[in-house]
Amino acid sequence: MTSTEFFQQLINGLSLGAFYALIALGYTMVYGVLRFINFAHGDVFMIGAFCGYYLTPRLLPHFTGWMTPLGPVAVLILTMLICALLGITIEKLAYRPLRQRPKLTVLITAIGVSLFLEYGGQFVFGADPKSFPELMPDRAVPGTGALTITTTQLAAFIVTICLLIALTFIVKRTRLGMAMRAVSNNAAAAALMGVNIDTIVSFTFGLGSALAGAAGILYSLSYPSIDPLMGLLPGIKAFVAAVLGGIGNIPGAAVGGIILGVIETFVGGSAFSTYRDAIAFSLLIVILLFRPAGIFGRSQAEKV
Amino acid sequence: MKYRHIKKWVLLGAVILSAIGSHFSGGMNSYYLQIIIFIGINVTLAVSLNLINGYTGQFSLGHAGFMAIGAYVSAYLSTEHSAALFKALGTNFFSITLLFIAVLIAGGIAASIAGLIVGVPSLRLKGDYLAIVTLGFGEIIRVLIQNTDAVGGPRGYSGIAGYTTLFWTYSVAALTIYIVVSLIDSTYGRGFLTVRDDEVAAEAVGINTTRYKVTAFVLGAFFAGVAGGLYAHSTTYINPSGFDFQRSIEIVIMVILGGMGSTAGVAFAAILLTLLLEYLRFVAGYEWLPDLVRRIAANRVIIYSLVLIALMLLRPQGLFGRLPRRGIPIGSASKRAKLPANA
Repeated sequence: MTSTEFFQQLINGLSLGAFYALIALGYTMVYGVLRFINFAHGDVFMIGAFCGYYLTPRLLPHFTGWMTPLGPVAVLILTMLICALLGITIEKLAYRPLRQRPKLTVLITAIGVSLFLEYGGQFVFGADPKSFPELMPDRAVPGTGALTITTTQLAAFIVTICLLIALTFIVKRTRLGMAMRAVSNNAAAAALMGVNIDTIVSFTFGLGSALAGAAGILYSLSYPSIDPLMGLLPGIKAFVAAVLGGIGNIPGAAVGGIILGVIETFVGGSAFSTYRDAIAFSLLIVILLFRPAGIFGRSQAEKV
Repeated sequence: MKYRHIKKWVLLGAVILSAIGSHFSGGMNSYYLQIIIFIGINVTLAVSLNLINGYTGQFSLGHAGFMAIGAYVSAYLSTEHSAALFKALGTNFFSITLLFIAVLIAGGIAASIAGLIVGVPSLRLKGDYLAIVTLGFGEIIRVLIQNTDAVGGPRGYSGIAGYTTLFWTYSVAALTIYIVVSLIDSTYGRGFLTVRDDEVAAEAVGINTTRYKVTAFVLGAFFAGVAGGLYAHSTTYINPSGFDFQRSIEIVIMVILGGMGSTAGVAFAAILLTLLLEYLRFVAGYEWLPDLVRRIAANRVIIYSLVLIALMLLRPQGLFGRLPRRGIPIGSASKRAKLPANA
């Protein structure tokens, strides 16, 4: 592998990792607050992609002249809003009535919700893959020498970084973020201090789902064939990323996503490319066996 | 202790019944016969998964992976390595029976070795983590098979002899039920239940929880492997994508619907779901039904998912399961402050 090839793969890996990071953030936040794996999270990502598919031809024509660059931004923001609403609705209808039940009950429900979104999506959108409309021109960014960086990759990087900064701000600097951290730390104590747990949980689901929706749009820019089952594999891989970084840990999820994306791209470019989909799972098993708390996580002793 | 041997008699009766049924199945519509065989295979799968998920309280989402190993190993052996046996014994009823039993057991053993490998991480993980790891194992197995050219890779493996009969399917199902029920009823088998009910307490009274968990995985995987062998020799063609995550979910739904930890319930649910899903095919073809109903009937997974969600909200113990005696009483949740699980 020449150094150009190496850096090219690195760039591709970073852009794949950016999507995983965005999805992984949702997993991590929900896990932090509710201590359960929201299996349906990958499917919110899929719904985000389909929002982009249906919104783009309806919104873009309204943005002409100097407003042209705002078109994709409008699509992105509207998609994030729709996905946030979807996430909040799922939590209200399916998970909230089960909050006192054993974890396994909630996990099974989450699998049910995931299947419902996937196959309900097949029912509504049709099972055939659709080609994602051109939200923004996709061409190579000039001035990068032998390397190819496409405009969509660049946009994905920029949007991901902006969203990460916004998220960090919300979690660290706002009252809602403080309440989120409090609930994550000790829900009972937070409730006693007057934090409304239901509001915080809804907010967390909304935030995570909005990020997944954004990831759906950005992913579809680079991989423009979308179908209702597209969320399953990225969803599970993003979960692996979240575990890799230490579940419940927000910067950990971002770093985990990037690492996973880079590893996967390098394996995909090697002689073992057909094993690509097994990498994430093998990685997951290795982490859980040797460092279950992840890279940034702290291991906690179980209280009896 | 008048009824001490009743289980053995029931097992013997079931085997004889399936032999009689098998004898008369020659004139049967081959479509119905296939469905009846699938029911038997699904009963075996569901009952064996119930040992892991229901009785031992682990949550495995990779049962289709064990089934795949059993299917591929037994199909490969019976297709590629049967020539020597037939040469020595001639191709007759006896040699075929011998071969079939041998390849089914070989498939089961291969699957149980995989079960051992999956069982080891289960020592450290529980609940949702274990679910994801077993799911991952299932997918890894599928990817490995897809990359094995000797068994056709992604094209699938065809030309498997159709040895599976009603007799074999139902004898295996009866034997699985017999072994699981006898095991759980035995003194040794109570250990599985203690691991499920309270691992810490079990360990405190000297129960080797590690060994029980691994045993559950190895045994459950063995029967799944045998069921996979039956499946392969029934359809005569197998494909890696037939053993994906969705297949695992199907088996999990049978266990949950029947009630985790109730063998009779799980077997009943396997029969019910297999029949129901076949019936839906007909519903999808009824011209007089509204288009929407027919389209929903054609998409079986929507129905799965709704069954799962409704079941968890309304009757989490399944049709025949019992509620755990310990813990927060279900139904009072609405009156309490709804705190997350980490409270």
